[in-house]
Amino acid sequence: MPSTLFHRAAALLTTLMLSGVAAADWTQRSAENMRPGVTALSQDVYSLHMTVLWICTAIGLLVFGLITWSIFAHRKSKNPVPATFHENIVLEVVWTIIPFFILIGMAIPATRVLIHMEDTTEAELTVRVTGSQWKWHYEYLAYEDDNNVGVGFFSNLATDPAVWERPILSGGLFPVGSARSRVGAEREALSAENPNTFNYMLEVDNKLMLPAGQKVRFLITADDVLHSFWIPDFSVKKDAIPGFVNESWAKIPDDAVGIYRGQCAELCGRLHAFMPIVVEVVPQDEFTAWLEEQKAASAEGPDMTPFADLDEAMAMGEPIFQRACAMCHGAEGQGGIGLPLAGTDLMNNSDRVQENIDILVNGRGAMPSFRAQLSPKEIAAVINFQRHAFGNDGGDLIQPDDVQQ
Amino acid sequence: MSDHHEHHAPTGLKRWLFSTNHKDIGSLYLWFSFIMFLVGGLMALVIRTELLYPGMQVVDPDFFNQMTTVHGLVMVFGAVMPAFVGLANWMIPLMIGAPDMALPRMNNWSFWILPAAFALLLSSVVLSIFADGNPPAPNFGWTFYAPLSSTYGPASTDFFILSVHMMGISSIMGAINVIVTVMNMRAPGMTMMKLPLFVWTWLITAFLLIVVMPVLAGAVTMVLTDRHFGTSFFDAAGGGDPVLFQHIFWFFGHPEVYIMILPAFGVVSAIIPTFARKPLFGYASMVYATGSIALLSFLVWAHHMFAVGMPLAGMLFFMYMTMLISVPTGVKVFNWVATMWRGSLTFEVPMKWAISFVVLFTIGGLSGLMLAFTPADIQYHDSYFVVAHFHYVLVPGAIFSMFAAVYYWLPKWTGVMYDRFWGEMHFWNSLLSVNLLFFPMHFVGLAGMPRRYADYALQFADYNFWISIGAFWFGISQLFLLWVLIKACFLKKGEKATMEVWDNPEGLEWTVPSPAPHHTFDTPPIIK
Ligand code: HEC
Ligand SMILES: [Cu+2]
Repeated sequence: MPSTLFHRAAALLTTLMLSGVAAADWTQRSAENMRPGVTALSQDVYSLHMTVLWICTAIGLLVFGLITWSIFAHRKSKNPVPATFHENIVLEVVWTIIPFFILIGMAIPATRVLIHMEDTTEAELTVRVTGSQWKWHYEYLAYEDDNNVGVGFFSNLATDPAVWERPILSGGLFPVGSARSRVGAEREALSAENPNTFNYMLEVDNKLMLPAGQKVRFLITADDVLHSFWIPDFSVKKDAIPGFVNESWAKIPDDAVGIYRGQCAELCGRLHAFMPIVVEVVPQDEFTAWLEEQKAASAEGPDMTPFADLDEAMAMGEPIFQRACAMCHGAEGQGGIGLPLAGTDLMNNSDRVQENIDILVNGRGAMPSFRAQLSPKEIAAVINFQRHAFGNDGGDLIQPDDVQQ
Repeated sequence: MSDHHEHHAPTGLKRWLFSTNHKDIGSLYLWFSFIMFLVGGLMALVIRTELLYPGMQVVDPDFFNQMTTVHGLVMVFGAVMPAFVGLANWMIPLMIGAPDMALPRMNNWSFWILPAAFALLLSSVVLSIFADGNPPAPNFGWTFYAPLSSTYGPASTDFFILSVHMMGISSIMGAINVIVTVMNMRAPGMTMMKLPLFVWTWLITAFLLIVVMPVLAGAVTMVLTDRHFGTSFFDAAGGGDPVLFQHIFWFFGHPEVYIMILPAFGVVSAIIPTFARKPLFGYASMVYATGSIALLSFLVWAHHMFAVGMPLAGMLFFMYMTMLISVPTGVKVFNWVATMWRGSLTFEVPMKWAISFVVLFTIGGLSGLMLAFTPADIQYHDSYFVVAHFHYVLVPGAIFSMFAAVYYWLPKWTGVMYDRFWGEMHFWNSLLSVNLLFFPMHFVGLAGMPRRYADYALQFADYNFWISIGAFWFGISQLFLLWVLIKACFLKKGEKATMEVWDNPEGLEWTVPSPAPHHTFDTPPIIK
């Protein structure tokens, strides 16, 4: 086994030397080693990892070599009379001291990298990252001289649950062997017609936009349980803890414009595996323009134009329901972690409309509040949907204004 | 060694229910742990079936989480720990020339708590299966981090809490028994530095148990009061801190991993000298290394928490301490190699397990050393690399050493040799499959696959397929052991074992007949 690791590591090193450390894009992901990533920090971490890996491999090979030698040379058929020694002070001291010095040698670079990693000062952009079951919320707090940016949005998995919820013992999404051959292949957009895309499970609706060449500080927290914000290419991994704020940072070099992907790394409940992180790094001017656009949009206030009819509201509400509610209430409103919505009194009694709105806006128990996450129009749409889908008949059309108050 | 006043022991169910005999209780522990090993293994197979291909295949993601949780709990508290307690029960009195454990009634009690504890825990799984996953069994990982287990835990969390309390009580009683026995019941002339290494490692393990099991009990109790009695130990909204939970848990959890490996060191240190026909190299340094590992194990707990946001000084301290603990561990490995060196080696089945233990445990130890490096751990943490690491130290580590022990002492326990053919089959199939199962986990982990994932991105697909194949293969291989055990224990078929069984082995256990009679060392042997 160690020789397998050894060969793989050697092969990988050679590839890296040939390609430079240009594993910028997620498409160039390795299937067996840590990615060097794109920031100076992540590359330091990578070389620390490789150093330690080589040293461990060397120690391992030494020990296994001795054992192998002994198995062959000191077997009873070759060595019928055993030696009788059972201690050797010099030897024992030597093999205590030498590892100690090797460790000191390794501790020095590790300490240096760690100190660098923990230095979150002098950031130009501050983004608050909030994990919740099972999505990420990004808020841009401060950028350059502007300490009140006020732009924020949620980021959900974009893979349709119908794609990953496979029937029992289907042959799987991908026949064995095909995944590897796709590495380096052209990325296809995720769509209902083409669910077998390369970025299965790693595609979101809203990406986290970041500028290249500027130090970004992440303030990481959570709303409900623990999560962990992990972007391997930046060597960023910090737990998101409800009620506490952790800090981390990344400075992506100018030439590393592109898309980076990560995932939640701390068990957070049923859909732990389904809350990916997607970052798009763009040049600074592009980022500034994007941010201005977002600011303008949020200054405009939410879209409050009323629905023309129930069909319009239902059409808008259905995808929102599938994306934001179905994981708890079931795609058919049959319930699960959340209560059933099909055929209940709350859904069909037109006097209880206000109660329904309150539950969505403010949350109740384990049911999250959607006030920050959905606009009034979206909340109205999804309420209309759940009150008229799954065989429900919940009364009048609800307008964005009804939700607003 | 006179067995003339053999008691008229009760037979049938009563014999086992009321037994105070260390050999009977040892057998109960060993069978219990083997059954738990199979149960936990079935859960692992559910996990690996789900992960065979990308996409959700067979179970709901929440049921997947229930499986990872209960698999971990069953394997740690139901399989590995009771297996070593069973071994201690059987072997410690035989090794130190004592007639029985010091506190036989407590011994009975500490065993019989266990089936009750696991019935409680597993009942929530049975319930979940019949109710289609809802209400769920514990689904927050065996580490039960708050607030997922406290505020957000399912109703079955309370079953889990009670059952962990019972397991804790059982372990503490077992540990007290070991300490009292070793301290007071050694045969005349057996000084501490003449104790077999297995007894030494168990003595130190027992102290670790007594220190940390109450800490675990504290953690589950705090979760309980957070859930039901309005406290906020782990809830920031009430002034608590979820990270406090992790500090408490890992203050138990890190020594716990040594609880599961120190007795394994003892087993291997007994077996290698026998088949090398050469005394153990560096006995004294083995004892000191075990002691220093035990002490250091209290100073490294936060290396499980490098991503929670600790002060820099804290991270540095825990990094250095963790690196340091690899020194005494290395000493042990070197000592085993030196014991083999220029010996006269034969490779009976127990020796095969012992040698593969040394090699594969070393792989787990080296990946552990890699995990010590905080900046690199930021990338490894909570990935499959960690899963690979701890399975290497626990499966081809602790569990292989148990297999070694079973094959080594089975002739003494049953009076017949194990079935050589099926023993070899068990060994070779396990050896190959365990590496197919766990080695590629290093790769997917480094490449970025997080642990406890019910579904994964495409680039992990191929390795996961092979990992699952390894898992099925490893699972099936354990049935060979079942057959070996049935044949030796119940059918009593096989070559009759002599008193010494092996070629001039060292230790008092080889001075009593095979099978060891119900009562041994009624008059203590004299050690020169
Ligand atoms: C994290 C899981 C989760 C998500 C996501 C979720 N809910 Fe819920 N929901 C719950 C739970 C749990 C309850 C029960 C709350 C309680 O115990 O009071 C609930 C209750 C409700 C109720 C009240 C049902 C009743 O009969 O009392 C409605 C209506 C509802 N949810 C609608 C929605 C809609 C619409 C969405 C999507 C925008 C949504 N929920 C998203 C978990 C969720
Ligand atoms: Cu999460």
